[in-house]
Amino acid sequence: MTTTASQTAGPYWHIIDHPEWADLRRGENAAMAGTTITLTGQITDGDGTPCGDAMVEIWQAGPDGAYEAGFHGFGRCASDDQGRFRFTTLKPGPVPGPGNSLQAPHITLAVFARGLMNHVTTRAYFADEPLNEADPILALVPEARRPTMLARETAPGVWTLDIRLQGADETVFLDI
Amino acid sequence: MTEFPRPAAGSWPPMNSPGYGSTRKRHALHPPIIIPHTLSETSAPRFTPSAYPAHADMSVHEGQAAMGERIIVGGRVLDEDGRPVRGAMLEIWQANAAGRYHHVRDQHDAPLDPHFAGSARVFSDDEGRWQITTIKPGAYPWGNHAKAWRPVHIHFGLHGQGFAQRMITQMYFPGDPLLPLDPVFMATPDAAARERLIAKFDLDYAVENWALGYRFDIVLRGRNATPMEDHK
Repeated sequence: MTTTASQTAGPYWHIIDHPEWADLRRGENAAMAGTTITLTGQITDGDGTPCGDAMVEIWQAGPDGAYEAGFHGFGRCASDDQGRFRFTTLKPGPVPGPGNSLQAPHITLAVFARGLMNHVTTRAYFADEPLNEADPILALVPEARRPTMLARETAPGVWTLDIRLQGADETVFLDI
Repeated sequence: MTEFPRPAAGSWPPMNSPGYGSTRKRHALHPPIIIPHTLSETSAPRFTPSAYPAHADMSVHEGQAAMGERIIVGGRVLDEDGRPVRGAMLEIWQANAAGRYHHVRDQHDAPLDPHFAGSARVFSDDEGRWQITTIKPGAYPWGNHAKAWRPVHIHFGLHGQGFAQRMITQMYFPGDPLLPLDPVFMATPDAAARERLIAKFDLDYAVENWALGYRFDIVLRGRNATPMEDHK
């Protein structure tokens, strides 16, 4: 069988929005130990215009580096009028990679929006992380473009990763 | 072990689809970088009805019936081997019978229906089956080109068993004269792939003297890498 075609989320996806999903410390996660961080950024198009109608989803491991083994690692956030998204979460741990490799801590981001026929996917790594050097996925990205996947700590505990959909400094998107 | 092959050429719409104006400044100019699937792609959020309550009936809101033609829409979520995808969460949203979304930014001059909110959430069962009751949505104009109207459609978001399966699509209705004029629908090059976005009128889903039915089967990326003996 052939997969059903992706179609754009369009501008009215907020009908299914739940703003509280942008806080990954909600529900049973509230009891999890870890380092609370904010992951934020601005989404812009090829003209540098903010994308104010995007849906951003994140998917990440828990502080122990495991997926869905206690920590529910899913979040969703609507971009605001300035194209900004903002998640509160716990910093993920390193995740096992292909073979015996280890992936540096990272958060997968998927962006859905009007004008995106399929969502685009990237990862937010943490700029100060020594494990980035040996990360098997970052190694596939041309060095000059890697900074588009490195979130920077712009205030204590606040990690910023802007997403440029097109043009100069275009974000590296992953075909997953 | 599950693997997630990339969609076949032509079966998905290109990110750069000039007929749909909003793609012009939003599609990446660099090709995406193909990565091996790691745990980050093969695992998926665990959505449970206890934490994400299901609500399958959009035809009634706060105890009052919505205006329009009540319909039942159902189908199966399958993988590329035709196996059911169990426990998939479907998020569904749509315009009302007059073609108006319950959304602050929708300024189309058509009436809102106080008894229609326009969203549902359901989970596929062990056979991959799901079903909703809703109101047949209306077509509505949009600014893409002169006299542009979107064909009647319902939005579906799916969460499968791996984040690589995550997808959003739209279901269309058979016989809609707007389909060949719609740059979103027509952007998918392969005609058979477009056809699969159109629900089938299906009396098996209809309920006597109450609602007609439509079937929409959704195939997610993925197949079982190890053939199982129970595979039919």
